[in-house]
Amino acid sequence: MADSLLKRYTYDVMANDFMAAGKSSSAIKSNLKSLGIDSDILRRIAIISYEAELNIVIHSFGGKLHCDIYENKIVIISEDAGPGIEDVDLAMKEGYSTASDSVRELGFGAGMGLPNIKKYSDHLEINSSSTGTKIVATINL
Amino acid sequence: MNCLEFAEKLQLTPLCEKDGNIEIEGVYIGDLLSIVMAKAKKNYAWITIQTHINIVAVAELLELACIIVVENMEVDNDTLLKARELKIPIFKTSESAYQVACRMAELGVK
Repeated sequence: MADSLLKRYTYDVMANDFMAAGKSSSAIKSNLKSLGIDSDILRRIAIISYEAELNIVIHSFGGKLHCDIYENKIVIISEDAGPGIEDVDLAMKEGYSTASDSVRELGFGAGMGLPNIKKYSDHLEINSSSTGTKIVATINL
Repeated sequence: MNCLEFAEKLQLTPLCEKDGNIEIEGVYIGDLLSIVMAKAKKNYAWITIQTHINIVAVAELLELACIIVVENMEVDNDTLLKARELKIPIFKTSESAYQVACRMAELGVK
């Protein structure tokens, strides 16, 4: 049963909470580390989950980050409550960002979030509408 | 050479020295967090002018050796508290990123 879900970790991610940003990704990483996941895979998952978490913090009204563990893959899922990505193709382009100047001053909004997620995933699905965005990033083990 | 030995040779001011005995295996310079996330690697020293709390999250996720804040930028208190909690060494200097990088190269970090 290679495709049965073994374990799901879920974290609430608050909009604009830069103090806590990265906390969920750290928790995911330490959970996976304790399972003995390879360090290169851990690094990719850390990058993907951090970018997905920061996308929720910077761009959404808040949401959840899930880490699903299967025997042969890890799936990072972010779900937020909107307002949605206006143009997903544009958002996938390196350097394109809709982040505000104040957020950029903190070093965010480089326009590398979704491109990084895509680069480090084996498979990526993005569904976005005004009621929310769902990102499903799969990393094969 | 580990972080503390480097800090001493480069006369960096230690702001958080916990776990400063990690060997530095490389250096990355950058201020845009997503680019640092993609490029910096485990046990690298990260040279930046960013000082807010999220630099600690980035360093922790990447398992960086230390953060070196340059240009005498004031580091937020929240950042230091978090760094102490997560044992991420942070050093500070009035020198530029380029000056620090040159000194590190002279000391053998490539």
